[in-house]
Amino acid sequence: MKKLGFLLQKEFRQIFRDKTILAMMIAVPTIQLIIIPQAMNFDIKNINISIVDQDHSTYSQKLISKIGSSGYFRMISADLSYQQALQHIENGTSDLVLEIPPGFERNLVREGSQKIGIAVDAINGSKASIGGAYLNSVIADFNANLEINQVTVPTNPAPAGFMDITYSNWYNPLAEYKYYIVPGVLVLLLTLIGGFMSALNIVREKEVGTIEQINVTPIMKWEFILGKLIPFWIIGMIVFTVGLTVCWAVYGIVSVGSLPMLYAMAGIYLIALLGFGLLISTYSNSQVQAMFIAFFFILIFILMSGLFTSVESMPAWARFISNLTPVTHFIKIVRMIMLKGSGLSDIKTELGYILAFGIILNGWAIWNYKKTS
Amino acid sequence: MKQLLVFIRKEFYHVFRDPRTLLIMFGLPVVQIILFGFALTSEVKNADILILDHSNDVQTIQITSKIKASSYFIVHGEAKDNPAIENYFKRGTVKCVLVFPPHFSSDLFHNGSARIQIIADGSDPNTAKTIINYLTAIISDYQRENFPSATLPYQITTEPRMLYNEDDNGSLNYIPGVMALILMLVCTALTSVSIVKEKELGTMEVLLVSPFKPVMVLIAKAVPYFLLSMVNFTLILLLSDFLLHIEIRGNLLLLFSESALFILTCLSFGLLISNTTNAQQTALLISMMGMMLPTIIFTGFLFPLENMPRIFQVIANIVPSKWYFIIVKAVMLKGLGFRYVWKETLVLIGMTGLLLAIALKNFKIRLQ
Repeated sequence: MKKLGFLLQKEFRQIFRDKTILAMMIAVPTIQLIIIPQAMNFDIKNINISIVDQDHSTYSQKLISKIGSSGYFRMISADLSYQQALQHIENGTSDLVLEIPPGFERNLVREGSQKIGIAVDAINGSKASIGGAYLNSVIADFNANLEINQVTVPTNPAPAGFMDITYSNWYNPLAEYKYYIVPGVLVLLLTLIGGFMSALNIVREKEVGTIEQINVTPIMKWEFILGKLIPFWIIGMIVFTVGLTVCWAVYGIVSVGSLPMLYAMAGIYLIALLGFGLLISTYSNSQVQAMFIAFFFILIFILMSGLFTSVESMPAWARFISNLTPVTHFIKIVRMIMLKGSGLSDIKTELGYILAFGIILNGWAIWNYKKTS
Repeated sequence: MKQLLVFIRKEFYHVFRDPRTLLIMFGLPVVQIILFGFALTSEVKNADILILDHSNDVQTIQITSKIKASSYFIVHGEAKDNPAIENYFKRGTVKCVLVFPPHFSSDLFHNGSARIQIIADGSDPNTAKTIINYLTAIISDYQRENFPSATLPYQITTEPRMLYNEDDNGSLNYIPGVMALILMLVCTALTSVSIVKEKELGTMEVLLVSPFKPVMVLIAKAVPYFLLSMVNFTLILLLSDFLLHIEIRGNLLLLFSESALFILTCLSFGLLISNTTNAQQTALLISMMGMMLPTIIFTGFLFPLENMPRIFQVIANIVPSKWYFIIVKAVMLKGLGFRYVWKETLVLIGMTGLLLAIALKNFKIRLQ
């Protein structure tokens, strides 16, 4: 135990000696947490629209001004033909084209229905579908307020079978994206810092040659690994605390669930994550090699973790891989505790996964660290 | 010339000797294409929902079975009371609950309208919005089929057309983004360690005292990574064509020349990092950890740039991958010609020139 104390003293001295690295570990995540979530915004507002009105009637004018005043669309151009409007899509200034055919008003009044064409630039899938959906809801609203509908509906006795759908979003009544993304980015930054720093650590001793000196001492393998793990664990917890403060100060997000439990989970997750970093470190011979491997895995972890896209929508094999990455479970836990106030019994499956990762990864790292070459 | 070839061969040995470099160079693109092509989707599939049916009559059962039949939802049994909902949400087992109030059917026929309540888990707002839209569409569909009189007599309907992407292939938007991301990160990271490695190992001195011109050292460093990145690009292109069935509409020659230009931009950036740093670790921290998130975000393929605050839109302009992403979308997916992308091409040429000039200026041929 006393040996461990000396090891810790050595590690802390090494960390505090390099002030730039220390500053980077704290400052970089803080700055990124302040900036990045503001750039990740799925609330699409300004959809650029080109309009081809071949009818020039009262109704077509009303429809166009209704679209203009909805607040979602920005009118880029009024074109004479579809071909002309297509030019705007091709050079990227417009996202969708609304085409009102000749005879629009006449057909609507006489036949009761009229089709209008919407052409969307479907390369940008999410923008296209959201823009199309907005336009449809504007048109549905326009339909309901059409004067001819207003006149005819009240004369009928109330028709049977009207379904009134109401909806509500629990935990996030305004459905704001920041509640979803900020805790996710916090986990991401903690993972980047913890993963890279611990991956570089043991391998640095190898590169500099000091590992030989440690190997000839009576320090046990587990003491050595623990001596590496504890300082980074403490730094990780500091980063996590700073991150939570940013969440509160900048975004006004305060954990709904119990704070001690959130910290306990972060502590366990950090053990698993640092174990992963140390494992990479024991398998590499130079810092560059360690960074390459860490980069390869962390990029996959980020994409598979459900940070940007939901894990449930993935095919079965991808969900399986997703379950094998510790980040997935910790993001889920943080979101559940912070946003919904889930209790220990709600998160026991995820907790089980993280505990298992912690034991396996650290055990593997200790086993793979050889004191003799 | 012969000297140069010898040096280029030496650089190739460096790359092929280390399996980890190869993992980054070729493993990463393959994995990313597969993930983006098959695993990641912004649509919602198999969403777990719960139905709380207080009336259990003909209409609610019909609607329920219609929802069960759709591929978007997995219906998880039917809850009987309200407090249970909270528990389901907290455990995260369902995303949404659909509630039919008591006397649904009799309300529908006698009062003319009945209420349906949708409660969504707003902690994942995008999924919540999509689920609400899907459910609303299914219910209105049912309403139109069974109660045509309840619909409006005069209707404007829309006829949507998906340009460039008739089959609604979701990976279409990601592929140009992945190309930009991979080339930018891999190419820059590998080049960024190339010169600083020689400095660190002390072999730089050997190179500098040799009769080989110092500028040739830079060229010899750049050529292998340029060629490997072109191979890399071809690999991504082949994978997206054969594995993801993405039709390449544009001129291949134009696509390859634009990509060569972009690779040159990344190489220049990598050389600049390499010339201004003194340790491989610093070079990699800048080119990987520092660049990863900005590249992912400012390329514009995950999050639309127009939605970002003004200042970020300005910052995005200095990220080369943003311009390349625009070019690839136009040329590869829309099949447009050079006259649509000349502005972006000019920006990339300008960036390359500037980066290369600064890199050369910082290339020190004397030891301090």
